[in-house]
Amino acid sequence: MHDFAEIWSYLAEGPLLWLTATLVAYVIGDAAAKAAGGTPLVNPVLVAVILLAGVLWASGTPYPVYLEGAQFVHFMLGPVTVALAVPLHANLGQLRRAALPALAALIAGSLTAVVSALGVALAFGVDFATLAALAPKSATAPVAIGISETLGGSPTLTAVLVILTGLIGAVVATPLLNALGIRDWRARGFAVGVAAHGIGTARALQVNERAGAFAGIGMALNAVLTALLAPWALAVMAGQ
Amino acid sequence: MHHALTLILLAQLAGETLSRLLALPVPGPVVGMALMLAAMTASPRIAGVVRPVGEGILRHISLLFVPAAVGVVGHLDRLGTDGGPVLAALIVSTALAIAVGALVFVWVQKLVGDPDA
Repeated sequence: MHDFAEIWSYLAEGPLLWLTATLVAYVIGDAAAKAAGGTPLVNPVLVAVILLAGVLWASGTPYPVYLEGAQFVHFMLGPVTVALAVPLHANLGQLRRAALPALAALIAGSLTAVVSALGVALAFGVDFATLAALAPKSATAPVAIGISETLGGSPTLTAVLVILTGLIGAVVATPLLNALGIRDWRARGFAVGVAAHGIGTARALQVNERAGAFAGIGMALNAVLTALLAPWALAVMAGQ
Repeated sequence: MHHALTLILLAQLAGETLSRLLALPVPGPVVGMALMLAAMTASPRIAGVVRPVGEGILRHISLLFVPAAVGVVGHLDRLGTDGGPVLAALIVSTALAIAVGALVFVWVQKLVGDPDA
């Protein structure tokens, strides 16, 4: 007969405990989102993160220990990006015919994201290192971190800002686009993918398959455009 | 199922290799997505194998952001005294970018006369 502390320290070492905890938290988050009738405020990711952060805090588990257990889930981010080719393939004809609107929306959305973020932060006198981390925040995490590093921003802060951007986008997109009276799923999805990368794309897929396909392409294209726009906007606006 | 997973991982591996080899500004998985799209377009057989598994994976894409997002909670103090302004910048710019992107899409589509509209 082992005591509980012994069992805990055994389980806390392997990936089983934190992998299970992540899935359980997500199942609860998903159920909560369904129970709330799909209101964007009760986002499954948000609920799961709050639950897990509480459990980590209460059990005194450092984040690296958790991530080691949850890295199976984390690893799937790459294959899932590749799998975005599936809705893209299914909507390829539509995408080809919407090439011009998509290109215009990409440039407008990407430019708005970078310039307005820097503008607001500059108005409050935020320091240069934080601006460098802020400029690429609408791009998908690995790209944003790469851009921010070349500009002198912190990778950790960039990751924080990228994920917060995704969550904000996932929460505001539906009410905002409804208020603007935009019903075209392509326009809705594409704009959300450009502004809020993978987390926004996840939300778009949840709402509508075609929106999800356009969000995926918006995210991919903005990864490239942000790499070009962010350094330029930072140089022009912050003058360094 | 295992064929589809193998193809997806192969596309990602090729994407990572190409991205590093050519020093592309796009990360490996995004290059992998482009390669997979090309393969699915070129071969209906590959498209048929990958489609059901890809759709299954994508249904729960949100789950995959949970581990990284949990990491954010521990670093919220990094925002420090700039927390308020930075949060304001994130909310304003994300909402504006979504609104502007969607409005421009609809506007240009009307301008060019889109058959799918």
